[in-house]
Amino acid sequence: MSNLISYAFKKAKSENRPALLTYTVAGDSSKKLSLEILKSISKKVDILEIGVPHNTPVADGSQIQTSSYRAIKNGIKVNDIFRIVKDFKKFDKSKPIILMGYYNMIFQYGENEFLRKCKISGVNGLIVVDLPWPENKKFASKCKKRSIFFIQLLSPTTTKNRLKKIIKDSHEMIYFISMLSTTGGKLKVSSKEILSNYNKIKKINSKKNVVIGFGITEKTIKSLKKADGLVVGSAICKEITDSIKKRQNPVTNVYNVVNRLKNKIK
Amino acid sequence: MKLKKRIPVIDQGDKLGFWGGKFGGNFVPETLKKPIEDLEVLFNKLKKDKNFINERDKYFKNWVGSPTRFIKLENLTKHVGGAQIWSKVVSDANGGAHKIYNATVHCLLAKRSGKKVICGDTGAGYAGKMLSMAAKKFGLKCKIFMGAKDIKRQQPNVKAMKKNGAEVIPVYSGSQTLVDAVSECMRYWVANCDKVAMCVGSTVGPAVFVRICGWSTSQISRELKTQLVDEFGSIPKKLKLYNCVGGGSSSFGFWNEFMDYDKKQCEFIGVEAGGPAKSKKHAAPLTYGSKIGILHGAAQYVNQNTDGQIEETESISAGLDYPGISPLHCFLKDTKRARYTAASDEEALNAYKMVTKFEKLRPSLEPSHAFSVAIAESKRFSKDTIVVVNSCGDAYKDREIIKRKLGKKYV
Repeated sequence: MSNLISYAFKKAKSENRPALLTYTVAGDSSKKLSLEILKSISKKVDILEIGVPHNTPVADGSQIQTSSYRAIKNGIKVNDIFRIVKDFKKFDKSKPIILMGYYNMIFQYGENEFLRKCKISGVNGLIVVDLPWPENKKFASKCKKRSIFFIQLLSPTTTKNRLKKIIKDSHEMIYFISMLSTTGGKLKVSSKEILSNYNKIKKINSKKNVVIGFGITEKTIKSLKKADGLVVGSAICKEITDSIKKRQNPVTNVYNVVNRLKNKIK
Repeated sequence: MKLKKRIPVIDQGDKLGFWGGKFGGNFVPETLKKPIEDLEVLFNKLKKDKNFINERDKYFKNWVGSPTRFIKLENLTKHVGGAQIWSKVVSDANGGAHKIYNATVHCLLAKRSGKKVICGDTGAGYAGKMLSMAAKKFGLKCKIFMGAKDIKRQQPNVKAMKKNGAEVIPVYSGSQTLVDAVSECMRYWVANCDKVAMCVGSTVGPAVFVRICGWSTSQISRELKTQLVDEFGSIPKKLKLYNCVGGGSSSFGFWNEFMDYDKKQCEFIGVEAGGPAKSKKHAAPLTYGSKIGILHGAAQYVNQNTDGQIEETESISAGLDYPGISPLHCFLKDTKRARYTAASDEEALNAYKMVTKFEKLRPSLEPSHAFSVAIAESKRFSKDTIVVVNSCGDAYKDREIIKRKLGKKYV
């Protein structure tokens, strides 16, 4: 199975740098604006993660919560999110898109219908925060059938035995949570420790593309550049919040942040 | 879907923690898989360990104060003129509510696991207050997450928590009530699960928390069974057990030991919070047919919109103000072992008025919901029907609300 996500990693590797992944919440702060942000950062980013906002997000810190509540308040619905993806793909059909969210949204939509819509609109991968392994086995294989990557999450608390089993069942991309934290926490462990955990995963299967996320900012990104990919989420959501507060244009400000992030890992 | 006999309901889930194949489970971030598994291993071992059970019973007896009273409400029975109305006065327990059982067991488990800090959520403040008491008793540091709206309306319990040395962390997200407190507490655990134990305040959350809580509150029905036999010589032929249902911890504990009786002999009636009569919002997912969804790690009937966003609830009783419901109750509903209905804010207040008028008993607004339905239905029942209402909380915490709604003389 190969898909746009695999090409994105290949391309980054050929340029001798980690892939840059960004996370923004669909509909933050409006449907139109969130699409504009995606378009503006697209050429600097290798893979776009789009958050499906949920109002009881048990793994998200305050920045992503703020973005999610704002998007929901401004009326975003699951169908709007598929429309945003579709519209974006009209603009740049080669850029991979991953939807990231909580299982209840998929469950209510219906797994099959949700995946059908993903396929039509051009979603390339899914991260479901609260559908861990082995509970996700059935859904992950449904994704695989449709050439959509189901991205398994690994954490510092994942035991070695479990690591092996999850990696065996994983598709080409794996998401490693850097530390014990909700999203947007301050990086409380050294990059050395994070990379040593990262290497444990790579040792089990070096072919999988492993990205590191949680706590990555302009300050910390450089120290982790050995990874296959790095995800920045809360720092971008915070930029949107700050821009709104300062009555500045979030699109320009987010672009500038992403540009600086990219320069640090070149 | 079938309820099995002679197997405790908490142990009737499948390998992945689902009751009836679809309620419960572990919809949690990867980070929590390990600590949850550790807790499962510990709990499964200790619940079979005689020393641990003796230890639990010792604390339940000498510290919680068991058994709590089982009393006949003579005047209320006369006034209603139907079934005999009795009450199991669980609010006699140390701290004034059933939440002490779960809090005690969680602190005992935390001690065994070597954790020094315990965190917990609270709505009405009872779960938090009891956890702070138990944490103090067992020498653990305690952090309580509580919605900002609940902090305002349940001040007596907030004061008690602080007095016990707990840190009360206000939660400002979402509706600022129990649902947000549970989310925030889970987030805190995600970030600190290596050093901190978590106590979920009701029979909700990932499967192991549902099981631990149900196992703990079952003390209520163990006592009641003995008390019924002492009083009537055997379990009465027509027994009806009324209990309010928010998350579902007191009702499950009130019913558990009677699970294997035929429901014609021993009927369970769960009363959810219907909210203000004029409002469309409620906290009664079972009564009003909410769809199955995922909330706080478990599949359950839950108030939500078509997209899957969890809906805000509204109830005069903070302890019932929760959009979901224990997977155990979803299971008991779908297997038809228990019957569920709702009482409005106004009906609960009227029941409070009536009970306090006739009896020396001051049920909090949560059990007042159960009294409301019990009183209404008792009129139709024969005199040999034994109605028992679990008075699982004391109204002391509600005095500001009662003063405002009913006037000073009712406080």
